Amino acid sequence: MDFLIDTWTGLPTVVQILAKIVLIAVPIMLTVAYLTLAERKVIGYMQVRIGPNRVGPRGLLQPIADGIKLAFKEIIIPTNANKALFIMGPLLALAPALAAWAVIPFDEPLILADIDAGLLYILALTSGSVYGIIFAGWASNSKYAFLGALRSAAQVVSYEIAMGFALVCVLMAGGSLNLRDIVLAQQGGVWTWFWLPLLPMFIVYFLSGVAETNRAPFDVAEGESEIVAGFHVEYSGMTFALFFLAEYANMILISALTALMFFGGWLSPFQGIPVLEAWFAWVPGMVWLFAKMAVFLFLFLWFRATFPRYRYDQIMRLGWKVFLPVTLIWIPVLGVWIMLGIWPFH
Amino acid sequence: MNFDIAEFMPALPEIFVLTMACIVLLVDVCLDQERRVITYVMTQATLVGAALLTVALHTGGRTVVFSGTFVSDPMGDVLKVFIYLVSAMALLYSRQYLIDRQLFKGEYFLLALFAVLGMMVLVSAHSLLTIYLGLELMSLSLYAMVAVDRDNEIATEAAMKYFVLGALASGMLLYGMSMIYGVTATLNLAEIAAYNADISGNEIVMVFGLAFVMVGLAFKLGAVPFHMWIPDVYHGAPTTVTLFIGTAPKIAAFAMLMRLLVEGLGGFYVQWHDMLVVLAVLSIVAGNVIAIAQTNIKRMLAYSTIAHVGFMLLGVLTGSEGGYAAAMFYIIVYALMAAGAFGMVVLLSRAGYEADRIEDFKGLNDRSPWYAFMMLILMLATAGVPPFLGFWAKLSVLQAVVEAGMLWLAVVAVLFSVVGAFYYLRIVKLMYFDKADDHTPITAGIDMRVTLSANGLAILGLGLFPGALMALCASALL
Amino acid sequence: MAIEPVIFWVFSTILVLSAGAVVTVRNPVHAVIFLVLAFFTSAAIWILLEAEFLALALVLVYVGAVMVLFLFVVMMLDINVAPLREGFVRNLWVGIPVLAIVIYELWVVVGEKQFGLDKVAAPAGHAADYSNTKELGGILYTVYMYPFELAAVILLVAIVAAIALTLRRRPQTRYQDPAQQVLVKRGDRVRLVKMAAEKKQ
Repeated sequence: MDFLIDTWTGLPTVVQILAKIVLIAVPIMLTVAYLTLAERKVIGYMQVRIGPNRVGPRGLLQPIADGIKLAFKEIIIPTNANKALFIMGPLLALAPALAAWAVIPFDEPLILADIDAGLLYILALTSGSVYGIIFAGWASNSKYAFLGALRSAAQVVSYEIAMGFALVCVLMAGGSLNLRDIVLAQQGGVWTWFWLPLLPMFIVYFLSGVAETNRAPFDVAEGESEIVAGFHVEYSGMTFALFFLAEYANMILISALTALMFFGGWLSPFQGIPVLEAWFAWVPGMVWLFAKMAVFLFLFLWFRATFPRYRYDQIMRLGWKVFLPVTLIWIPVLGVWIMLGIWPFH
Repeated sequence: MNFDIAEFMPALPEIFVLTMACIVLLVDVCLDQERRVITYVMTQATLVGAALLTVALHTGGRTVVFSGTFVSDPMGDVLKVFIYLVSAMALLYSRQYLIDRQLFKGEYFLLALFAVLGMMVLVSAHSLLTIYLGLELMSLSLYAMVAVDRDNEIATEAAMKYFVLGALASGMLLYGMSMIYGVTATLNLAEIAAYNADISGNEIVMVFGLAFVMVGLAFKLGAVPFHMWIPDVYHGAPTTVTLFIGTAPKIAAFAMLMRLLVEGLGGFYVQWHDMLVVLAVLSIVAGNVIAIAQTNIKRMLAYSTIAHVGFMLLGVLTGSEGGYAAAMFYIIVYALMAAGAFGMVVLLSRAGYEADRIEDFKGLNDRSPWYAFMMLILMLATAGVPPFLGFWAKLSVLQAVVEAGMLWLAVVAVLFSVVGAFYYLRIVKLMYFDKADDHTPITAGIDMRVTLSANGLAILGLGLFPGALMALCASALL
Repeated sequence: MAIEPVIFWVFSTILVLSAGAVVTVRNPVHAVIFLVLAFFTSAAIWILLEAEFLALALVLVYVGAVMVLFLFVVMMLDINVAPLREGFVRNLWVGIPVLAIVIYELWVVVGEKQFGLDKVAAPAGHAADYSNTKELGGILYTVYMYPFELAAVILLVAIVAAIALTLRRRPQTRYQDPAQQVLVKRGDRVRLVKMAAEKKQ
């Protein structure tokens, strides 16, 4: 054991960081793979069918089969497409979704880059992911793709504002931009997690998150029935798979952020409850975080199975006329609340 | 910094105007078109209230607050009161004009209020940052006001030109400011002035910064060769907007000139003196000569503005207290005269008809002897004929120039004033000796008639007794 | 060897190249994309200066919002660049001397003689727990309170102006009233009619 630790600390910093990145990125990719299976299964059962069950036991190898199929498919680049941007599109969509994980704390000490302005970093990076969609839509040189890109970009930019204001409330309540400090500020049990004092912000944030990832019921960017899959209509094989990965990686990221900012991250839900707290003290914080993320991921799937797609003007109306005013009002309310030091702020 | 209420007191007029602008904004949303006049009344009340506050808070001393970004001094107070006065007049003249053209919208008055706020900030600025912000606040509101008549293509084009050139000028100004900041490491005007005392080998950067600042200033003032936007904007904008742009912002621009050059870069007098000489001479020459060729009165007045700005610069470039006071007197007088002159253009216009050609003044004496007389006063005063107010303004500037030993400048200025008198007198000739083509009776509300008459008579009256206003300007610059 | 100079040189090279590309590339969409790259790399250089808040704000505001809208407009305008480039070579003989003068002046003004490394001290580093954001917040709401408020007013004017210039009620346009849509009941749309079955003749 000591030998292993010595070898580890003896490695150059760059190698250590690279190893950590791999340790974070590979499980995310695996999660994405199995999230697709989970999605098909969950929606299947919600629609009273079974979902994929042919490949491997209970269909468990289905994602692997899908991955292999996509990897070996031909990548078709349309003749009049802008080649460089066409390839950059999917890369730019995926990169921010993975890079944002650098500042996510999995447990109190478990964090790749414990930077001061973590929340801002995440906001800045996720705002960059829209370029992937715009590039893809424009470079494809196809009307459907371009329409999809325009829809998506306008939607993402609109919801980012409400999302940003919701995060302003979180950082006011947490008194920091550092995600670890924000989680630590929620210490004290389920009732002091920020979901309760910031309930409207939690709803705004999570729904904006759904809209930001272009998931149902806000998936007009793809809109199969109107613009035949929108911005990625011209993509095939691995390039298409990258968009797919990006969408699901973003879902996981939004779930993780919601868990961290509104549901106490790695904190145990039994904190402050006499007997249960001791009973569950052995559970590592990471498990709680993953459990919370799983709940939100399930919500993503549940939404998709339940709600019909919003019309485009309704999406815009919700973002600008409902979410934005709500957040704008909540910020001064929260400011007064914190200044007066009423529960749970001291 | 502690938040001390006393810190806020000198800025109370600004705070009042901002608060009222926000209230007007909220009230206006709830009004329907028939009650829009409430917005107008509230806007005027704001200006009156701000004037009362400024007078009440006037101490005669100099206070710098907000960590050196805001200054309250007599010059600022006097200029602010005249800005309120001229703006209130401009809005009063525009009421009927706007109603006739379906432009009587709350946003018009709001933008005017914000522009006034920008001018106040500019007048009271004591740091490069506040100068820039005040300027932008003012300009942004004015750009939008020019474009407020959306269906008018000329107005839209004028707004575009104004915006693009204005943005370019702001860029120049910022570039210059950044150089000055790079050397002095401060934005505070007093500290910049103190830095100049011992030039430490960075003089060339300061001079470059000064040159860029000067370009920005000249753009905003409309001095030749940075005057290209003035005729197009004055011509294209709705006449009431031209009236507004041509008056109060000039006072604010004078304040900006004083704050930047005299207060901040006073140590570089030798350098900016030469630059101002070039600007002033070119403006006086080009403004007066080109104005002769104009057939549109708004364009003519635009070139006359350029010439007047040149005259005002003459006062500043003397670098003496007397010169500054003369320039201040000049710009205030100019604002009052221009308000009257554009007011006359507004008066002659009616729904569906713009009286903006010089021919529209033909035979005004037959149509209305009283307004012809008012226009006579305004034109003679602008030309600088004694005993009207404009004469004293020109005289005091020329006196300062001669005292500073720049006789040739004074000669040039007088020479081209005589040239300029031609086009003002042409209007007088048209009014009194030509037959009118258009006999539509001149109608206007009682408020407009009274104010316009008062405006004209004030030019006459103050011309007979100019001492009080001159003394006010002189005392403000102590 | 310290890693900072390497990062600095890499990013500043990209920055200069992409900034040059903004003005030289033929396709306006590419120009905007290079501008995005320039913003991104300058943000990276700011991070080296320990100005992480400003760097991230730059990315968030310019890269994430402003340039997206820019890109929108440029993509939809479909600008024909050929007329813009007419006379490029013909005017070159004027342009090059002007360019040379400007570069010389820049060198004189902001060159080594005025702002060389010996003239300006390197900024002192800060401890790891130094919070750039906190410092900025503190100074913004105290020393620069007045300019900060003014900047807010300018943004308000921008909103008012934008609405004044674009919001026009067109009587011929038909609007949807979502509240009405939501309040609709089945009875408003569908009428169930009981009819006797018709018989064939």
